[in-house]
Amino acid sequence: MKRYKIEEKVFNVLMKVATGIILLSLIWILATIVYKGLPYMSWDMVSRTPQGGFYMGKEGGVLNAIVGSLYLAGGSTILALFISLPVVLYLNVYRRKKSAFSTFIRSSLDILWGIPSIVYGAFGFTLMLLFGLKTSLLAGIITLTLLIIPIMIRAMDEVMLTIPKGLFEASYSLGATRFETATKVAIRKTLPGIVTAILISFGRAVGDAASVLFTAGFTDNIPTSLSQPAASLPLAIFFQLGTPVPEVQGRAYASALILTLLILAISLSSRYFTKRYLKNKI
Amino acid sequence: MTAKLKMSQSDAACAEGSICINNLNVYYGDRHALKNININLPTRSITAIIGPSGCGKTTLLKCFNRLIDSVDDITVTGQVLVDGDDIFAPEAEVTDIRKRMGLLSQRPYPLPMSIYENVAFGPKLHGVKEKSKLNEIVEHYLKEASLWDEVKDRLNTPASRLSIGQQQRLCLARGLAVEPDIILGDEPTSALDPISSHHIEQKFLELKKEYTIVVVTHILRQARRIADYLIFMYMGEIVEHGPAKEILENPKEKRTQEYVKGIIS
Ligand SMILES: Nc1ncnc2c1ncn2[C@@H]1O[C@H](COP(=O)(O)OP(=O)(O)O)[C@@H](O)[C@H]1O
Ligand SMILES: [Mg+2]
Repeated sequence: MKRYKIEEKVFNVLMKVATGIILLSLIWILATIVYKGLPYMSWDMVSRTPQGGFYMGKEGGVLNAIVGSLYLAGGSTILALFISLPVVLYLNVYRRKKSAFSTFIRSSLDILWGIPSIVYGAFGFTLMLLFGLKTSLLAGIITLTLLIIPIMIRAMDEVMLTIPKGLFEASYSLGATRFETATKVAIRKTLPGIVTAILISFGRAVGDAASVLFTAGFTDNIPTSLSQPAASLPLAIFFQLGTPVPEVQGRAYASALILTLLILAISLSSRYFTKRYLKNKI
Repeated sequence: MTAKLKMSQSDAACAEGSICINNLNVYYGDRHALKNININLPTRSITAIIGPSGCGKTTLLKCFNRLIDSVDDITVTGQVLVDGDDIFAPEAEVTDIRKRMGLLSQRPYPLPMSIYENVAFGPKLHGVKEKSKLNEIVEHYLKEASLWDEVKDRLNTPASRLSIGQQQRLCLARGLAVEPDIILGDEPTSALDPISSHHIEQKFLELKKEYTIVVVTHILRQARRIADYLIFMYMGEIVEHGPAKEILENPKEKRTQEYVKGIIS
């Protein structure tokens, strides 16, 4: 056999094995969650907060964690968006030229992206002490915002970098200012990518336990103000798994199932949205 | 005193819709890309800039609407007068300058929006709000670019669905809709099929009655077909310029002769 044919064969097998491993682990994870969690899924799980003795196997649900997670992830995603979008537009429209400054910003963000979330948790905690904040929804949101900003900016940045120079020039040549070019052309051109970046960030925020542990805390109640502590699904899973009661451990898997479905729903709806957008707009 | 007098003379010579260039030098970093360019472009006619690739044709064109501003590490010295205004003067409004010119680039870049919105983009930016007025503008300029019949039933579909040739005509319509006096083209037919190229060339021949047109081209035959006035550039300099016929049939400079004969390309 010719050498390139052997190479091709080996590569082919390797690719299939790798794909197989990924698919298998994905299916395995999902199957475990469904298998262990589904029997404990109930209307109560998603519609009630923990009642007395919930962690011993008595009645209640994880509505506190569902709502808490949505508040935390939603709040931090919105806050991060307000910070990220201007930075991205600044890097890509206002400072299109390659400068030492933009290289510096990009590599700083890449480093921040790589920092483990527990470090953000600890940093958030120090900030809280500094400003005299208690564990609260607000502190959790701020910490999560710091965690997801690098992800959001770099994800948006990557799609903005793909905009051809000629498109900017076309907009400028029609007399558009940089601001108009940024808002009317650059954002529209990359909207599907921007939505994806937002969702990746939301997914990261909704799934993170370490950064909210010290900052948002945990509570059985649904927070009614920013200054109250807030529960979150990852921590609810963690606490329930930590009990020796099989009933409660089962509910941990049910909570994991809820978290997975939440992320799935968001990811599917975004896909639907971007598809429709691509079809009709660009 | 004499300097001032000279200035006003050159200002006076620069009539509406014309471009006058005095001692223009452009450097990319240390690279001297345009060397002492001095020329007045005639109004209401087609000027073609020819020359081998890398000689500075695009650079010169980008000076006219100051797109050159957004290049890294650029230095521009000298004067470019458009309608008598020095466009590199500190008080010059870059958006106003660009409004006076439509640009066709090497390949079309439709804006990420519908056909209708592409044409309405400029007028909207510059303050036209009424829907009926915008409809009128869109129809008028799409007709002007001979695209109306092909797109009138699908004005709201994305511009990216059009063929490349249609997209280039859309870009023409979009540029005309800001009501410029000058049309700039940077090898505007190089990405197009022969029929679309022909379309654009015909359009230019019609439009020159009302507009000053400057086209960069590396196709000599195209220059022969459409140009009234010709500029031959070589390594950042203008070697020769004059009425197209003269340059093509009777070039004075050796380098022009060689280029026209196809020896250097
Ligand atoms: N952005 C840039 N940075 C550095 N050099 C450039 C840049 N653009 C063009 N040049 C150089 O300037 C010269 C003229 O380029 P250009 O005006 O694009 O030539 P043409 O359009 O005639 O092919 C070329 O030698 C090119 O390498
Ligand atoms: Mg060029």
